[in-house]
Amino acid sequence: MIVAVVVGFVLGLLAPLVVRVARNGTGWITGLVPIGLFAYFASFLNRIQAGETLFFPYPWLSPLGIGLSFRLDGLSLLFALLITGIGTFVCLYSAGYLAGHPDLGKFYGALFAFMASMLGLVLSDNLVALFVFWELTSVTSYLLIGFDSEREAARRAALQALLVTGAGGLALLAAFVLMQQAAGSFEIAILVERSPDLRTSPLYAAIIFLVLTGAATKSAQFPFHFWLPNAMEAPTPVSTYLHAATMVKGGVYLLARLSPVLGGTDLWRDWLIPLGTVTMLTGAWLSLVQVDLKRILAHTTVGALGACVLLIGMGTQGSLQACMVFLLAHGLYKGSLFLVAGIVDHETGTRNAADLGRLGRAMPLTCIGALLAALSSAGVYPFLGFLGKELLYESTLVGFTPVLLAPCAVAAGIAFAGMGAVVGVRPFFSAQGRFSGQPHDPSPGMWVGPVLLGMVGLLFGLFHGPLHSALITPAVRSCILQAGDIPTPSWHGLDVKLALSALSLLMGGALYWKWSALRGRLCRWRNVGRYGPAAGYDHALCLLEAFARRQTRFFQSGRLNVYLIIVICTAVALLACALVRDNISFSDLVLQRWADVKTYEAVIAAILLTATVVTVRAQSMLVAVVALGVVGYCVAVVYLLFSAPDVAMTQFAIETLSVILLMVVLLRLPRLRTFSTSRQRLRDALVAVSAGLITTLLVLVVTTQARNPKLADFYARNSLVLAKGRNVVNVILVDFRGFDTLGEITVLAVAAIGVYSLVKLGSHRDRIPEGPPFGGEARGDDVSP
Amino acid sequence: MIGRAFGLSCEGCHMFSIVLATATRFLLPLLLLLSVYLLVRGHNEPGGGFVGGLVAASAFSLYMIAFDVEKTRRLLRAEPRALVGAGLLVALGSAGVSPVLGKPFMTGVWLERTLPVVGKVGTPFLFDVGVYLVVVGVCLMILLTVAEE
Repeated sequence: MIVAVVVGFVLGLLAPLVVRVARNGTGWITGLVPIGLFAYFASFLNRIQAGETLFFPYPWLSPLGIGLSFRLDGLSLLFALLITGIGTFVCLYSAGYLAGHPDLGKFYGALFAFMASMLGLVLSDNLVALFVFWELTSVTSYLLIGFDSEREAARRAALQALLVTGAGGLALLAAFVLMQQAAGSFEIAILVERSPDLRTSPLYAAIIFLVLTGAATKSAQFPFHFWLPNAMEAPTPVSTYLHAATMVKGGVYLLARLSPVLGGTDLWRDWLIPLGTVTMLTGAWLSLVQVDLKRILAHTTVGALGACVLLIGMGTQGSLQACMVFLLAHGLYKGSLFLVAGIVDHETGTRNAADLGRLGRAMPLTCIGALLAALSSAGVYPFLGFLGKELLYESTLVGFTPVLLAPCAVAAGIAFAGMGAVVGVRPFFSAQGRFSGQPHDPSPGMWVGPVLLGMVGLLFGLFHGPLHSALITPAVRSCILQAGDIPTPSWHGLDVKLALSALSLLMGGALYWKWSALRGRLCRWRNVGRYGPAAGYDHALCLLEAFARRQTRFFQSGRLNVYLIIVICTAVALLACALVRDNISFSDLVLQRWADVKTYEAVIAAILLTATVVTVRAQSMLVAVVALGVVGYCVAVVYLLFSAPDVAMTQFAIETLSVILLMVVLLRLPRLRTFSTSRQRLRDALVAVSAGLITTLLVLVVTTQARNPKLADFYARNSLVLAKGRNVVNVILVDFRGFDTLGEITVLAVAAIGVYSLVKLGSHRDRIPEGPPFGGEARGDDVSP
Repeated sequence: MIGRAFGLSCEGCHMFSIVLATATRFLLPLLLLLSVYLLVRGHNEPGGGFVGGLVAASAFSLYMIAFDVEKTRRLLRAEPRALVGAGLLVALGSAGVSPVLGKPFMTGVWLERTLPVVGKVGTPFLFDVGVYLVVVGVCLMILLTVAEE
């Protein structure tokens, strides 16, 4: 199982090679991967139908309760088949659609990585693993949406999708951590058993809210729906795959997966049903005012996703069944319609529905695919779309507040039918067409997708009995705690839902015929989307940028003294907080042992203090540097006296080198001309004194407090035994805590590279660096040596 | 005065101190020997790769003061940058020995036999050699670059 998930990532790396070797056969060769995976997952159909749930645990971070545990049940299988099945057609299609594109290899790489992440997402049983795959789908979708990276609009849309879904992903992570806190496990299988604990937990409301935020961003629910239409900047195969069939259904999948864990409460229903309904209506309404084929489809997708969330929110057996059927039907017909839109765009160079027409004779095969999909979208008998719509209406009729929900569902159904026809029928049969070029059917790799997907939609509609027992029923069973007998929907004769179906079909037909006339009036509303949450997104981004700019200007002022003040003040404040927190009583810190001070210690201290004063008062830099060296040497002597020879040696060497370095630098500096004002000096003095004071306090506190001798004992005893060295300090450095040292020398190397490049870069501009190099606000002019 | 002694690149004013130069000729090998001595004995007595590297770097900087940057580079032969890289590689390589033998990363691995002068040889010593190289490289990289400008 793990091979099936990971194979996409591995082959993604090899994809550029395959593309180079295969050339014209690229589509057919790359298509082998998803079709192979499809066959692999299909081989589980029998066992899943028999009611089995298969677990494939792989240990990962076991001590943290995080594992790569995969689970295959009805719900995962339905999604896995959808992902690999439609993935096959997308692979075939892309080779034709992007034929000759220099980055085709990169494209397939990202596509395979996306497919693998999506499979991981729907197969993970561990919440953390699920989160990782969830984020991976966001990242790979960023690459795919922004594939045409030369265009600014594509980059913008990609970033928008990444930010919106990424932010939702963070909310999801928080939700998962809370769930682990409340129920003690990351495994969904265990969480299902402990769902009563979760539902009564005080964290429950927060969990629901966060899960919903995550799912709503991914599945483009109101108010996050705006990213999906904008993501139509992506190449059409990407839109087909990500924005119709798979990724946007990730949120729906998550809600379905978690509904046995979190669902079934009033809170769940109160959030999900309004959310789904509002999204459904928003998508349906906004689809009417579009003329771009892909944007029409994107908005109806938003509406369909809203319907799925609504159905999951109801949480009854019937509504979940409706959700699964509707989801499958939608994946098939919407995928097909997207592919058709891409072909039309590819052949005529336009996606404006108003300009298209008379294509039926020029591209008959594409036309067949489009018609099949449009009929399924409209919900015409006997397509699968009909069944999906019937079940949707039935659920709204028997469920909660039918007076409110049923008209909403019918309104959405009308939009799906009408706009589906605008995309799938109008370009082929409308009397006028304004486009250039001689459109004709594309290569087989491109038309096979829409035609086959349309046929599958028809076949499933005709023979929905086996479909139910093989796919839908097991999927519904994995979304419900105690599943009863799930009946296969059958012909009930003339009833309300059939009447509603007929009504939406009629109204949808009317919408289609009158679309050209309506459009003029509706076009005024075309930009309505700009004033909604999308504007909020732009504002938030602007604010963030302004904040970042201001913050950077404050911290990265480019003045050395400001940097030093910030660093020192932060350190002092943090240490002061620690001292205050630990409630140190200062009476303990009185130096009791004046008598113990030896004469030579006093002498060293006197030299040290004198040198410090000289450093500060020095009129020339040269004197200051030498005096500073004296201070360092005195400190080293103190180390030596208090039996730390290693540290003392290092200190001596460091002091020597830094005096040399400062001298070398000094020679190249301009003479000081203006000194800092007395106010600046006062400020600097305050900072310096506070740093000295806090360090003194810290040393006193550390030395007076009783130390825990365990650590020192451990090192002293084990240094020779475990690390074969008698010098404990060095053994700690290179063995016990060698990992730290490895990090430190790396930092050292990076710092040296930094200095090197700064000096080298600076030499290109100006020999004398501008601004004050250190100390006060000195301004100097060129000083010839 | 001191400025002149450091005046490595200022034309016409480079003061060559024959006393310093002669002393350096003798001091440089001694200092380098001391640095290696510090490195080798570090595991049991005060010393180690870090301080050893600093001593070696100061030896070269002394040479730089007595003569000039150009001569120091010639004496050093290797680019300081290369020393840094080599040091990091040696340190990382020493840490990578133990995973090959199936032990956790950075576990010390020691040879069974002791070598005549060096004594026990193991990956921690190799690691210290890496630290030594990095420190020499970093110090000289900064010093020489700044002095050259």
